[in-house]
Amino acid sequence: MLSIKDLHVNVGDKEILKGISLEIHAGEVHAIMGPNGSGKSTLSQVLAGRDGYEVVSGSITYKDQDILALSPEERAREGVFLALQYPVEIPGVNNVYLLKAGLNAIRKHRGLSELDAFEFLTLIKEKMKLMQMDESFLNRGVNEGFSGGEKKRNEILQMAILEPSLALLDETDSGLDIDALKIVANGVNSLRSPERAILMVTHYQRLLDYITPDYVHVLAGGKIIKSGDKSLALELEKRGYDWLTHPQSQKGTTTGAIGA
Amino acid sequence: MSTTPHDLEELVTQKYRHGFVTDIESDTLAPGLDENVIRHISRIKKEPDFLLQWRLNAYRHWLTMPTPNWAHLKIAPIDYQAISYYSAPKARTDAPKSLDEVDPKLLETYDKLGIPLHERARLAGVAVDAVFDSVSVATTFKDRLAKAGVVFCSFSDAVQHHPELIERYLGSVVPHGDNYFAALNSAVFTDGSFVYIPKGVRCPMELSTYFRINAANTGQFERTLIIADEGSTVSYLEGCTAPMRDENQLHAAVVELVALKDANIKYSTVQNWYPGDENGLGGIYNFVTKRGDCRGANSKISWTQVETGSAITWKYPSCILTGDNSVGEFYSVALTNHYQQADTGTKMIHIGRNTKSTIVSKGISAGHGQNCYRGLVKILPGAEGARNYTQCDSLLMGDRCGAHTFPYIEVKNSTASVEHEASTSKISDDQLFYCRSRGISQEDAVSMIVNGFCKAVFKELPMEFAVEAQNLLSVSLEGAVG
Repeated sequence: MLSIKDLHVNVGDKEILKGISLEIHAGEVHAIMGPNGSGKSTLSQVLAGRDGYEVVSGSITYKDQDILALSPEERAREGVFLALQYPVEIPGVNNVYLLKAGLNAIRKHRGLSELDAFEFLTLIKEKMKLMQMDESFLNRGVNEGFSGGEKKRNEILQMAILEPSLALLDETDSGLDIDALKIVANGVNSLRSPERAILMVTHYQRLLDYITPDYVHVLAGGKIIKSGDKSLALELEKRGYDWLTHPQSQKGTTTGAIGA
Repeated sequence: MSTTPHDLEELVTQKYRHGFVTDIESDTLAPGLDENVIRHISRIKKEPDFLLQWRLNAYRHWLTMPTPNWAHLKIAPIDYQAISYYSAPKARTDAPKSLDEVDPKLLETYDKLGIPLHERARLAGVAVDAVFDSVSVATTFKDRLAKAGVVFCSFSDAVQHHPELIERYLGSVVPHGDNYFAALNSAVFTDGSFVYIPKGVRCPMELSTYFRINAANTGQFERTLIIADEGSTVSYLEGCTAPMRDENQLHAAVVELVALKDANIKYSTVQNWYPGDENGLGGIYNFVTKRGDCRGANSKISWTQVETGSAITWKYPSCILTGDNSVGEFYSVALTNHYQQADTGTKMIHIGRNTKSTIVSKGISAGHGQNCYRGLVKILPGAEGARNYTQCDSLLMGDRCGAHTFPYIEVKNSTASVEHEASTSKISDDQLFYCRSRGISQEDAVSMIVNGFCKAVFKELPMEFAVEAQNLLSVSLEGAVG
């Protein structure tokens, strides 16, 4: 479904990604882990088409097309979804209105009929139950006055409604208490399917206790320095990132480094 | 700013969609202004002597006045002798009695503007008094209104049929010497709308006037007078559009509202005059004096305006809260794009006891647009228990535009309560990207965000016009990026 080949990305004059290659197939869940400043968020932003990132070389192919030629909205319509680390507030714009506009733009692109207000309300109420969200949410502005946990739940609600083929979750666990984390993880797990690929970007292993990945990659210094299965995440939990980023100097276990 | 300036340029340089000239023979007076021109206008309109004298007084006063220069505007000098002060479509000498009698070309014009007069009137239950240049050409639903005792006609008709109301109320809110442009208007106004709602009558439909400047080099000076007698209610909407021209055209209108005891007037404006091109060439000078007097106790006047057009806008729809417990409201969205300038706001003059006013102003600046809120809240010594709430928000798009806020507050009664809130924000890359990553196009995203910003004002518009205002905003601003 997604094939990244030797991707080099600059922000301004600085090279952030220095040759990333990654293959993701339908039905798989991949986790990208790494220390702060390793380029994790850059990768998800580039995949979603955010401006301000210069792809110097390499390619990203999604469903056999060059995704780099597409605008963010075209990518969304083709089934790419990004749950943001910091969902933004849009005052005065109703939550439901934004989501309905998004869903209908996507449906239209796919030759499906647009949902009317009633059909959409039925759909969103069903999905809100999944995310344990209050009905008052329907009348609020986009993320306006939302708590950190509500914002993240809102992201996964959007994912549930837009039903993407490729979901990118950028630090979805950050800022969540354990109860909110469980709700969010439960939402994501219910969206796992053989047709859908999920790429999670996270600093902590904690999220992976609830959403079990098929593959774990360690991103550091703009490169994937190690890949493995879920046991790699557990090893990182025990040993931190230092043994990978500074292999010569590592001695013993430094679990504390992860949370630093 | 990571988003390409190229996109911004393209999206902000949206072409004006109403720029066309209707090819109709016009009766146009040669340019120039002196007492003879005023006498001529008055004669053509068969006006009673008191009105001619009133005009001449205004003119003589105007000659003594300097051009106002206190607004935050750059205005090229205006040659008042180069303007023609009267232009009427040449057809028959008597006004058409129904739409069938109206020149089909005119109706076509309205169609292009998206105002299918008959359709709109029928579907929306709106009575439209369309002012084409200086003469009113079509008035619909007159009969139904007449049954309720409502008078809704062109100003010229009112002068002929209700001279006693004109004599009593004309200039009673905006005196002929009030300000430079009001004085000019008082001297040379050619037509406009007149509304009288009798005691205790709730006007059975929204009243609406579309003004349109057509003839080149013609100033348009309308005069609108609305009188809501005791216990009556009326909602009035004006919409404005002008064709594309290289020269600047002057539009100096005066609107006077009088609300007697327990009366309620809601006045909504959607102004889409030609704003000039992307280099600031051409466009309407919209210098308008609008004022309402809450003359009786418990009366209410509410102004709602959506100002997207004109090269320069200079207007301050105001309320004089004379009656005890009277209420004044001002809800405004003003958008400036390209080289447009707006200096707009309101004055709330609290005279009566327990008077209350609300001001909500939303300014949007894009391109090189300059947007300025100027407002006065004045509490006079007798205004025991007066209250005001002002909220003033600016939204900036791009880095070449400007937003300015000039609130004036004068309080002479210690029991008054006055609140002022202001904010300035930008459409952020984050907001745009968020919407786009949900499949929404950049244009739709901007329009959605801007409409969200304006929500508090749009909800004050009559339903059918709220939709129009939203569309207008989207057209004027497709996809400007912060």
